[in-house]
Amino acid sequence: MLLVLLVVVVLNFLMLHLAPGDIADTIAQTMGGADEQDMAELRKQYGLDQPFFIQLFNYVVRVALLDFGHSHFYNLPVFDLIMERFPATLLLVFSAQILSLFVGILLGVYAAQNPNGLSSLFVNMFSLFGYAAPVFWTGILLLIAFSLHIPIFPVSGMRDITIESGNFFVHFFDVLRHLFLPMITLASIFFAYYSRLCRASMLEVLGADFVRTAKAKGLSKKDVLLKHALKNSLSPVITFAGLSFSAVVSGAILVETVYSWPGLGTLAFNSIISRDTPVLLGILIFSTLMVTVGNLLTDLTLKALDPRIKI
Amino acid sequence: MNKHFLKTLLLTATLIFTSLGVSFAEPKKGGTLIAAVGNSPRHLNPAVQSGIVTGFPGAQLFATPIRYDNNWEPQPYLAESWEISDGGKTVRLNLVKDAVFHDGVPIKSSDVKFSLETIKKNHPFKTMFAPVVSVETPDEHTAILKLSSPHPALMLAMSSQLMAIIPEHVYGDGQDPKTHPQNSENVVGSGPFKLVEFKSGEHIILERFDDFFIDGRPYLDKMVLKIIKDPATRTIGLENGEIDFYAFENVARNIVRLKKNDNLTVTPDGYAAIGPIDWLAFNTKTGKTADVNVRRAIAYAIDRNFILKAIMLGVADEARTGIHPGSPFYEPNVEPYNLDIDKANKILDDAGYKKGSDGMRFGLTVDFGWPGLKPNAEYTKAALKKIGIDVTVRASADFPTWAKTVSNHNFDLTWDTVFNWGDPVIGVHRTYQTSNIKKGVIWSNTQQYSNPKVDAIMEKAGVENDMDKRKALYSELQKMLANDLPVYWTNTLPYHTIYSKKVGNPPMGIWATSSPMDMTYIKD
Repeated sequence: MLLVLLVVVVLNFLMLHLAPGDIADTIAQTMGGADEQDMAELRKQYGLDQPFFIQLFNYVVRVALLDFGHSHFYNLPVFDLIMERFPATLLLVFSAQILSLFVGILLGVYAAQNPNGLSSLFVNMFSLFGYAAPVFWTGILLLIAFSLHIPIFPVSGMRDITIESGNFFVHFFDVLRHLFLPMITLASIFFAYYSRLCRASMLEVLGADFVRTAKAKGLSKKDVLLKHALKNSLSPVITFAGLSFSAVVSGAILVETVYSWPGLGTLAFNSIISRDTPVLLGILIFSTLMVTVGNLLTDLTLKALDPRIKI
Repeated sequence: MNKHFLKTLLLTATLIFTSLGVSFAEPKKGGTLIAAVGNSPRHLNPAVQSGIVTGFPGAQLFATPIRYDNNWEPQPYLAESWEISDGGKTVRLNLVKDAVFHDGVPIKSSDVKFSLETIKKNHPFKTMFAPVVSVETPDEHTAILKLSSPHPALMLAMSSQLMAIIPEHVYGDGQDPKTHPQNSENVVGSGPFKLVEFKSGEHIILERFDDFFIDGRPYLDKMVLKIIKDPATRTIGLENGEIDFYAFENVARNIVRLKKNDNLTVTPDGYAAIGPIDWLAFNTKTGKTADVNVRRAIAYAIDRNFILKAIMLGVADEARTGIHPGSPFYEPNVEPYNLDIDKANKILDDAGYKKGSDGMRFGLTVDFGWPGLKPNAEYTKAALKKIGIDVTVRASADFPTWAKTVSNHNFDLTWDTVFNWGDPVIGVHRTYQTSNIKKGVIWSNTQQYSNPKVDAIMEKAGVENDMDKRKALYSELQKMLANDLPVYWTNTLPYHTIYSKKVGNPPMGIWATSSPMDMTYIKD
């Protein structure tokens, strides 16, 4: 685990260092220009005048001491910046993942009951549309539909700043209202994966001997589907959900940018544009941890579903 | 009082208020203005950070000695009056006597001295206060600026976001002002609004400063600046009424779309001093573009009208020189380089660049500084093919990549947008001065253009106090530059302000939102 983290840190540092330009260029851009002396001072201030290996060594040592450094752009500790935005991303990513799993499985089960029927075709078309459409385009379409023409959801942010008072439920529903469109947008990519995987898995399980036995014992169709077939067909879906957790996190970058959702995605986007290397490296380390935790949760869920699995 | 006198009085009042950009509707106190900003500022202290992103909140938080009306006339602000003497080498500022900072501490002349010295040392625009050698403070409300030479640009440099008066008792604590923690939190200024909350990448909340030194102002109770990066999202927010105000919109299709909305006002007014100009810069030192004939041929082959009508969809203005058309120094009577393919071909033929069997003479590269200029770069490829120049469009991954390429002079042609920043001394000279050819520094003289006569005119214009003589010098400068053509200027960047009809008195001076919005209000 530690070795993986070290490799991640070194590779990320190397890749970011290879990109042309640096934070001094970005600061010059935001300031409308800077003279030679200012640029040299900025590079010195951020340690960019040091040789590459010294910069790398210093960074690895700092990370080992749980110091993620200081943001060049925001002039704030990286850890504080990440922690400030982490809850928003966590909320978006988990709600989108749960929604896509729930809807995906539902559609998969529905389609598997009549695999060659019109309903199955509709499910396939719907999920493939979600998969094929660029996520930022889906986001804009939803905004035009549900913020402009039917104005029921806000266009940006995570909360209405003008709401100053109100009890917990006022704020809770405010966040929920802001979350709805970004969550649907992010989840739309994964409907296709989960529904098609669930459909294929269900078709395989529905043809198995134990399902035939259950039917022969006179169990209702609902019991056969939900208690026997679904439970046994979920393993590949859950496994894939765990593996695709990293894709959900990266998808969040685009979704957060479209909806100005104040999470790690917008921070990552800003940091890429502004060459804020310490923040970007911090986010990458956090993402690695998030994906690792996501995989662990997947393993635990699989064990809960199938006690034969050993972790 | 006779009728004639009353009429004169009324007319005078009308002219004064109109020039200040004030409408005659009675401003209403209270209300919250929801504005959008397209980027997150690094911090909120314009004394050590330039740029329009910091300028918007910065001009609300920090007052400057003077402000400007929309006729380019200086008006009292933190300085209730001023006197210029000694041939422009002494400027005396008489400060408002009861002005206080947001923490209640009175504003003194020593704060003006401290602010100017901090800006001079830390702000990127070094030319703003370069001739200021000292600031004398004979009493708490008088600051006397002593200059080594006359510096007419000083007045504009003391306005807008350029000379924020920062409190010495806060920023003079020994910490580096560029990274001072109170640049982002607990900001102490003296502007019409004080900071409630700044969440980078999310929002900036400002509230009315009750002890603002202009009685009865500001009218608004609160300003919420939502940071929304995506232009489509901002547009939808304006259309559905979630956002009341957005300045610096430059996406032509959004401007055209929003102009059709009856609930919104869309105007290009207010950006004359910011002065953004789109241009095609040439490498005048190396490669084929070092030859002025090649540069002229390229200018004749590029149809400025196509850019204005097809790319900018008619929302941008023509710019024939490097000085913004809204500036009093703009000289439109220069060689316009109207489209003339035959002339362009003849220039190249005469200069010895013969077409090969494939119809091409030579190849060039074209870069662009930001994604909005990509259509210009693509058009350049098509346009120059007609005169036998094979252009390769080079797309940079992002700004730092482009900046590295251009500032190290590794380019033939590049599209860019550069700001005037009020006076030519601040934002124009830097592009053409021989002394400003600085490798690795973007927005220096990256064209490596050098003409001793041009340098001499700029030096003379920079210290000329007589406005008419100064205008004549800049007129000559623009004609010389149009002849040498280190840059082919095409159009203004179509900055527009978009605001809901319920917003009264939006900032329509010369500095857009880089000026205080103490007169803005929400209508009933």
